[in-house]
Amino acid sequence: MRLGRAAAPIIAFVVLGVVVAVVPSFVSAFRAQQLAYVGIYLVALIGLNVLTGYTGQISLGHGAFMAVGGYTTAILMSDHGVKDVWTIPLAALVAGVGGFLFGIPALRLSGLYLALATFAIAVSMPAVIKRFESFTGGGSGINLFGTPELTASLTPVTILGQELVFNDWLYYLSWTVALIGYVIAWLLLRGRTGRAFRAVRDSETAAQSSGVSLPRYKTLAFGVSAAYAGAAGSLFAIATTFVNPDTFPIALSILLLVGVVVGGLGSLVGLIAGAVFIQFLPIWSQEISQSPGAPSVVSGLVLIALMFVLPMGVAGLVGRLRLLTRRGYHRADSQAD
Amino acid sequence: MQQVVAGLASGSIYASLALALVLIHRATGVINFAQGEMATLSTYVAWSLMTNHGWSYWPAFVATLAISFLGGAVVHQGIIRPNEKGSVLRVVIVTIGLLLFINGLIILIWGGEIRAMESPFPTRTIEIAGVAISIQDIGTIGVVLATVVALWLLFQYTKIGLAMRAAAVNPTEARLVGVRVTWMLTFGWGLAAVLGAVAGMLAAPSLFLDPNLMAALLIYAFASAVLGGIDSPIGAVVGGLILGVGLNLIGTYVDFVGADLRLPVALAVILIVLLVKPSGIFGRSEVRRV
Repeated sequence: MRLGRAAAPIIAFVVLGVVVAVVPSFVSAFRAQQLAYVGIYLVALIGLNVLTGYTGQISLGHGAFMAVGGYTTAILMSDHGVKDVWTIPLAALVAGVGGFLFGIPALRLSGLYLALATFAIAVSMPAVIKRFESFTGGGSGINLFGTPELTASLTPVTILGQELVFNDWLYYLSWTVALIGYVIAWLLLRGRTGRAFRAVRDSETAAQSSGVSLPRYKTLAFGVSAAYAGAAGSLFAIATTFVNPDTFPIALSILLLVGVVVGGLGSLVGLIAGAVFIQFLPIWSQEISQSPGAPSVVSGLVLIALMFVLPMGVAGLVGRLRLLTRRGYHRADSQAD
Repeated sequence: MQQVVAGLASGSIYASLALALVLIHRATGVINFAQGEMATLSTYVAWSLMTNHGWSYWPAFVATLAISFLGGAVVHQGIIRPNEKGSVLRVVIVTIGLLLFINGLIILIWGGEIRAMESPFPTRTIEIAGVAISIQDIGTIGVVLATVVALWLLFQYTKIGLAMRAAAVNPTEARLVGVRVTWMLTFGWGLAAVLGAVAGMLAAPSLFLDPNLMAALLIYAFASAVLGGIDSPIGAVVGGLILGVGLNLIGTYVDFVGADLRLPVALAVILIVLLVKPSGIFGRSEVRRV
């Protein structure tokens, strides 16, 4: 029975995996690079979804956790000569610990106040990075171009006898991380922990009275979510081969929230839609207007419009349609009787 | 002493933006993340009136306040009210959408470059009791104080102020006795936009006008509002002044903090207050019903 219920998502996942694997053969290297960024955003969105979608804790500060991950990677690579791929789990770990620690004071904040505190973190992060110059390179940041042996930016990578140019390599790297991340999140969320997260989201009081430990699950959700953001930040640093305080601005944090809302705080399909939205929005809005303000105007409008028409986002729309059709079936059944 | 007065001047700007946040939070239980951007937009309108249409500062100031009031009211009627039902998260996301929209709109209309805004007050200093104080600082403090007093008079001594307080405290009963609650909330959003505009127009001459003028100020205003108690108008003003003076003194005399780390200090203030005494200095503690 258990396996039966798990079968559908597993098949869907395998199909997605195959699609992801063959895409680079059909698109240009430039497009592959754009899709690589979609994968990176997807990693961050999966994490934010654990926190916001499942546990009901809003975060406007995930860009800050991405910054922690990105800087971990940059510092490990430039100062300690660690190869780029191996910095990803370390970046996730460092950001995860950071998120866990932030989760402790955040325990006492809910809803609005949490949004406020996380917003403040994201706004002040660049200032903190600039201040600790000896460690982070200050305003000029850390350049990873000088270490070609640690990353694939100049030399092609050979994996399983296939030679990959940088963009394709980046694409496979970020999507591999995204898919692994999704499996981990799926395993985590389908069992006891996922139920506890949802219980916290739906009613903290009810969850607590049923024996769900709020401190444990809230900090856990923060830690897990920040770890994903850290991995995404690490990939971001590898992709841009450069980090500075403005790599992770407040706008990034807001965009991630936009992405998770567009994705409808839920399914993988929704999250991919959210990641595509974040990546391609600036490109699409360039067609409407050349001004650098255009992407913000469009994403602001989309965000407001979404709250009007479908407060649950794209995945909510899919769910609602499914509910409608199912109801239709039931009605047909009862009429047949 | 000089630093204290300068701190009071910037503190009074935080105070007026914090007051806008408190006003909306009291009335609707929402924090308006777009408050800073709305204020920036108002400031651009004022700048435009002065630079492109040749108005002088004070007529432009008053006209901008009127425009901001209308703008705030339209925002509430148009996009906030329809989304008020359901989770608070929904309105928060709408205000974040508004933040993005206005920020983009400013860049779209006026471009991203930094502009100078003329100051209504002379920048020279006068000496009072051996302390050199700039007239601009005194003027800023004066304008904010006048605004606060006007607001207080409005709330305490006019019918509309009473109706607004009633609508905020108990919407259902207020509606029963004939207060048009929705319109009172709209009026409140308008007033908040006016307060933001005051903050923006006073801040712009010394900070210069750019599309992100209020981003940092918004954090300081949040910190002030939280420090004073997010439900307390007096708290917002006192919190703003304390924060202004405190940050200025810390920034000047604590080498480690300097000018760069003021923002993280404000963040620390937010976190510490929320953790130690979430109701702030003047706030009432919140009782949650299950």
